[in-house]
Amino acid sequence: MGAQHTVTEVAAAVDATRLAADGVSVGYGARTVIEDLDVAIPSGVVTTIIGPNGCGKSTLLRTLSRLLKPTRGTVVLDGDDIGRLRTRDVAKKLGLLPQAPVAPEGLTVADLVARGRHPHQSWLRQWSSDDAAVVERALAMTGVSDLGDRPVDSLSGGQRQRVWISMTLAQGTDLLLLDEPTTYLDLAHAIDVLDLVDDLHESGCTVVMVLHDLNLATRYSDNLVVMKEGSILAQGHPRDVITAELLHEAFGLRAMVIDDPVGDRPLIVPIGRAHVQLP
Amino acid sequence: MSGKDLRPSGPDIQPDGAEVRPNRQDTRPAMTPGVRLGTVSFVWRPWNVLITVLLAAAAFLVFCLSIGIGDFPIGLDQVLATLLGRGEQVDEFVIMDLRMPRALAGLVVGIALGVSGAITQSVARNPLASPDILGITGGASAVAVFLVTVSGGTAAAVVNAVGLSAAALAGGLGTGLLVYFLAWRRGIDGFRLILIGISVSAVMEAITTWLLATADIRDVARAQAWLVGSLDGRSWDEVRVAIWGTLVLLVVVGGVSFQFKPLHLGDDVAAGLGVRYTRVRAVLLLCAVLLAGVAVSAAGPVPFVALVAPQVAMRLVRCPTPPIVASGVVGALLLIGADLVARTALPIGLPVGVVTAAIGGPFLVYLLVRANLR
Repeated sequence: MGAQHTVTEVAAAVDATRLAADGVSVGYGARTVIEDLDVAIPSGVVTTIIGPNGCGKSTLLRTLSRLLKPTRGTVVLDGDDIGRLRTRDVAKKLGLLPQAPVAPEGLTVADLVARGRHPHQSWLRQWSSDDAAVVERALAMTGVSDLGDRPVDSLSGGQRQRVWISMTLAQGTDLLLLDEPTTYLDLAHAIDVLDLVDDLHESGCTVVMVLHDLNLATRYSDNLVVMKEGSILAQGHPRDVITAELLHEAFGLRAMVIDDPVGDRPLIVPIGRAHVQLP
Repeated sequence: MSGKDLRPSGPDIQPDGAEVRPNRQDTRPAMTPGVRLGTVSFVWRPWNVLITVLLAAAAFLVFCLSIGIGDFPIGLDQVLATLLGRGEQVDEFVIMDLRMPRALAGLVVGIALGVSGAITQSVARNPLASPDILGITGGASAVAVFLVTVSGGTAAAVVNAVGLSAAALAGGLGTGLLVYFLAWRRGIDGFRLILIGISVSAVMEAITTWLLATADIRDVARAQAWLVGSLDGRSWDEVRVAIWGTLVLLVVVGGVSFQFKPLHLGDDVAAGLGVRYTRVRAVLLLCAVLLAGVAVSAAGPVPFVALVAPQVAMRLVRCPTPPIVASGVVGALLLIGADLVARTALPIGLPVGVVTAAIGGPFLVYLLVRANLR
């Protein structure tokens, strides 16, 4: 009986992978960016895709979110081939925030976030009290309730990104894909946005994101996917994955990996040519 | 949740927040703070609906005035009575047989151009986009001028067989579709569409200018009259085609209009929200091209309405994106208003196209400057 229980638990854990890529190759025109890649996104944790510029991080995220159609292989969402699902059904399960989105000038925060309800609306039912409640919750969760009547373009970069994340939340999915949510943000605002991402994770969301900053990725993710030249070099918890050797292999970066003085994860100290005093 | 407390430190919040917010609440009573989300869609709609209805009423009033004014003046009350089928026989003849086609043509052309402009600007996410630069007007003009100025057997035969308007319409649609297919590269990109539209339009304009420069002076005068856009001498048959064409296209636009809002946020966001944007955009652009084509065939290339009507509507309705219905209403108001001015206040024979640019341009500038002064 006990053994059986364990088997069920393992099965549940495997089932818990809601989003996975199965042997996908993706490219733009004749250029192949990703070749025969497998990845499973564990549920309920923050997964971050890292890698050098042009390694296919964003391409992978865009493929997982169905923005790009793989030339070979499939992306599986909740057991279905994502390419065979209706766009609208995908949007009900998976929230996506593309890189550096732009809102029309003058569009208010409340209006923008309300548009996140689109997958749940129809020509006849364009707005309901359900929608209102969800949007209100999304605004509150991202701490932008007070900004409801402000035009999005009048906000600071950090506030704006919170608003966009709020819109993605209003979609009502517990699977969020964020493409470089900290682009163009200063460090304080980047931390602010990533704290928000952690809040979302705490409230039960599965998050997949692309980040450039390795230390932020290490601090805020439970699962790192390290990419190089269109394939996955390593995957796992930052403590298991981040080593000086890996950083050199993936990025060609000389670095020292030390214990984070304020956290329980590694901290990457890059070693360049200048201003370095090695012992 | 810790995320709830908004960063109070934000040096970025203060400059905007201190100035903009109180100001906004004073000057925009119709836009009650959006935090009350139970009413998000209702908060701004009363203003939208109110302004649209007022504009429609104004358009109807100008429509009636326009019918009443002429060599045989008819009072507003008589016009209304006749429209309701209770007028005198003389009035009925003058209104229904003589003046109605022209007035209706103005109304329909205005609506078609306004809606076409609103769609084009939304799809291209650019206020400069309008059917004028998507090659429709340029292509129609080139074909019309060619048929008028080239005195060959074939040209005359074409004009006799299908009429100048229909031939021009075909030219406009052909050019519009050419631009669309040239701009297509794994989907439609707004900037690419505009650049190709401008290039193709420039070629068409060059052809038109060359034809005018080399043609007989009498033909040039005829061609010029067509080129400016006019409502003179419309027949019921022409108007009926334009009305039905516009109605059918408006129904299609209304059907896909629900997918409009996410499109304003960009392709990736729209796709993330479950919109098949390539298809939706193709349908919308095709409708815009056809609407502009209907307008060109009914009144010639009336300039500026499609560009200015959505922008004026946006600012009157206080909507961040071109509102479709209000754009159509503003287009109609602008066109029949301009026609009325052209017929009453200015020397006889001045075509409506001259006046739309003269009224629409300054009004848009006024709205922009007023926004600056605020």
